[in-house]
Amino acid sequence: MFYVATGAVLIALLFAVIRAIRGPTVFDRVLAGNTVGTLAILLLAALGFLTGRPEFLDIGLTYGLLNLIGTFAVLKFFRIGDLAYDVTDEQEKSAWK
Amino acid sequence: MEMISQAAHAASWVLIVAGSFFLVAGALGMLRMPDVYTRMHAASVIDTLGATLLILGLAIQAGFTLVTLKLFFVLALLFFFGPVASHALAQAALYAGVEPILDEDRRNRTVPGDTANKDATPESPGKSTPTRPT
Amino acid sequence: MRTLFLAASLLAFWLALSGHYTLFLIGVGILATVLCVAAASRMHILDEEGQPTELLLSAPSYWFWLYIEIAKSAWAVTRVILHPSLPISPTFTKVRASQQTAAGQATYANSITLTPGTITTGVDGDIFTVHALLKDGADDVEAGAMDARVSKFEGTA
Repeated sequence: MFYVATGAVLIALLFAVIRAIRGPTVFDRVLAGNTVGTLAILLLAALGFLTGRPEFLDIGLTYGLLNLIGTFAVLKFFRIGDLAYDVTDEQEKSAWK
Repeated sequence: MEMISQAAHAASWVLIVAGSFFLVAGALGMLRMPDVYTRMHAASVIDTLGATLLILGLAIQAGFTLVTLKLFFVLALLFFFGPVASHALAQAALYAGVEPILDEDRRNRTVPGDTANKDATPESPGKSTPTRPT
Repeated sequence: MRTLFLAASLLAFWLALSGHYTLFLIGVGILATVLCVAAASRMHILDEEGQPTELLLSAPSYWFWLYIEIAKSAWAVTRVILHPSLPISPTFTKVRASQQTAAGQATYANSITLTPGTITTGVDGDIFTVHALLKDGADDVEAGAMDARVSKFEGTA
């Protein structure tokens, strides 16, 4: 039955990757990337049970946190074009001038 | 005892198959939907129902161990951070001016009890900078 | 009080994830807990917004109710996806959140987003902009059943 779960996750991953390739906007790709992250967690969980090594779940947890940070980083990058941008920074700089 | 473990086995079978079904359905929705906002709804089917059913099924297989606890941590992670990521994505797409395909736009409807936003101009909300309460 | 609660839950989290109970690992866990709590108190986020411990007691019943809602609307969205003609009717709408605290508003906004078929795309004061996949979903949000439920949940604090 873990084969069913693994297979379903792999099919879903395939669809998500197709969406990531087809785009058309960058947000579709970010959404697809986020979904790939979720599916990767589930794949790790299912694979852990399939191979009898549930320790994979720890990797899944870490992957989830990284996925969240990665999504935010990409969104911020495409909104501002600079990851180190800080609004308060800007205000301070303009206050100095 | 034998009966109970068989019932648990059957229950986890059902949960895992149902979860797999919703995973594939959500991913298929991501392919079929016409624009980014509607695709996000399909993705949230994966994040919520698909993931929970699958993880519940796995948790029944694991029994009462630390593995089950970790599975529920994974679930909590998805449930607390999933909506945050979706919200950020939707807001970023609106801000960038990606126009949603709409059947009906009720953004300029008067909200009951709304006094602060009466004179706001609701057209082209993609360009308006979101103001935050200070 | 909040500090103690945060420390206890962080330590419990560490112990649950580690699964090995040697003196060294527990010692490192205590050190990590102290560091995290110190960082949190330096950032002044140990208040009722960042650490809403009062809500924990009534949270399970709210989560259960929310999960039923999620399951219902996920099923509706799945039916739409699998329908050959894809009968979507995307709708943008605005609703007012009646919650008093920031934690309550965040709970409401996240609950809307978590429910498949509706996404909170913007928060302006207590006015939420909501994108719904179906007209029915928008009608449901406007009817405000979830709003009332979250306010009740928030009021138990």
